[in-house]
Amino acid sequence: MMRVLVNQNPHELAPSSKVSDLLTLLDAKPPYAVAVNLQFIPKSQHTLHVLQENDAVEIISPVTGG
Amino acid sequence: MTAPLPAKIDDPLILYGESFASRLLLGTSRYPSPQVLETAVQRARPAMITASLRRQGSAASEAHSGFWELLKKMAVPVLPNTAGCHRPQEVITTAQMAREVFETNWIKLELIGDDYTLQPDTLRLVETAEHLIKDGFKVLPYCTEDLILCQRLVDVGCQAVMPWAAPIGTGQGPLNPYALKLLRERLSVPLLVDAGLGLPSHACTVMEWGFDGVLLNTAVALAHDPVSMAHAFAQAVDAGRQAYLSGAMQAQDSAQASTPLVGTPFWHQDPGTNP
Repeated sequence: MMRVLVNQNPHELAPSSKVSDLLTLLDAKPPYAVAVNLQFIPKSQHTLHVLQENDAVEIISPVTGG
Repeated sequence: MTAPLPAKIDDPLILYGESFASRLLLGTSRYPSPQVLETAVQRARPAMITASLRRQGSAASEAHSGFWELLKKMAVPVLPNTAGCHRPQEVITTAQMAREVFETNWIKLELIGDDYTLQPDTLRLVETAEHLIKDGFKVLPYCTEDLILCQRLVDVGCQAVMPWAAPIGTGQGPLNPYALKLLRERLSVPLLVDAGLGLPSHACTVMEWGFDGVLLNTAVALAHDPVSMAHAFAQAVDAGRQAYLSGAMQAQDSAQASTPLVGTPFWHQDPGTNP
């Protein structure tokens, strides 16, 4: 297993997990967007991008703003 | 017989080649309820409404679980912001995520340099704006009223800039009229005052100075009656714009009678004969 941070919370994932695996595991609710280590990962890359040990993943959703 | 078009249709706000009937941009935060927000937007009929992004599962995200549906229902163009970002790369990544989520190239560029005043990081704002523009964004940068900063933002491709009137959420109104008026004189791109407006009269004033629009949030959201205040701001923006287009008179140092003096009863009559 490998450890990644998701929105600053630690999670255990199988090695070579993709972004899409993580989203399924977390049951992420659309709409959302993803960044890994401060780099945007477009939706088209979710099934391709392989996560690494200690990656910092951000999953964000729309909120009100000024 | 066809009724004349309202003036605002004849005088659209044009940003990056896109035309907007309103010159008011409205924030969506801090309202008492989603219903009040929705009604306020209906009354103000803004050109765009702002929105943001927060971590899924966070308190902010959970509190806004119905916001996406409300955005769809309101059907007003969305201007995502990069609020809370302190580093250029945070801004760039947040903007790219916003583009995917909101399906828009518009971005309100916020790069915060100081948490107490929420003053933008003016030293890194230009390079960040340039990066976003090269990445295909329509950048509306939240900035200070500094002339050189605003000029540099224009130089790197910003087709509009948004200087603050006062720190975000303070409602103090324009603190530096000289610099804001100077900006209007020197820059030809659309200028929108963003942040620090507290009263419709503040909005009207900057519109009278020739600003092209205003972006505000707290002044409406925290009013006792946000819906009524939203309407008041919309009217103030329209009034200020009309006044600017009408060409105001020059202020005078001495009184000048409005009513003609010639023919005034008893004019030039000897005061001695007048009891």
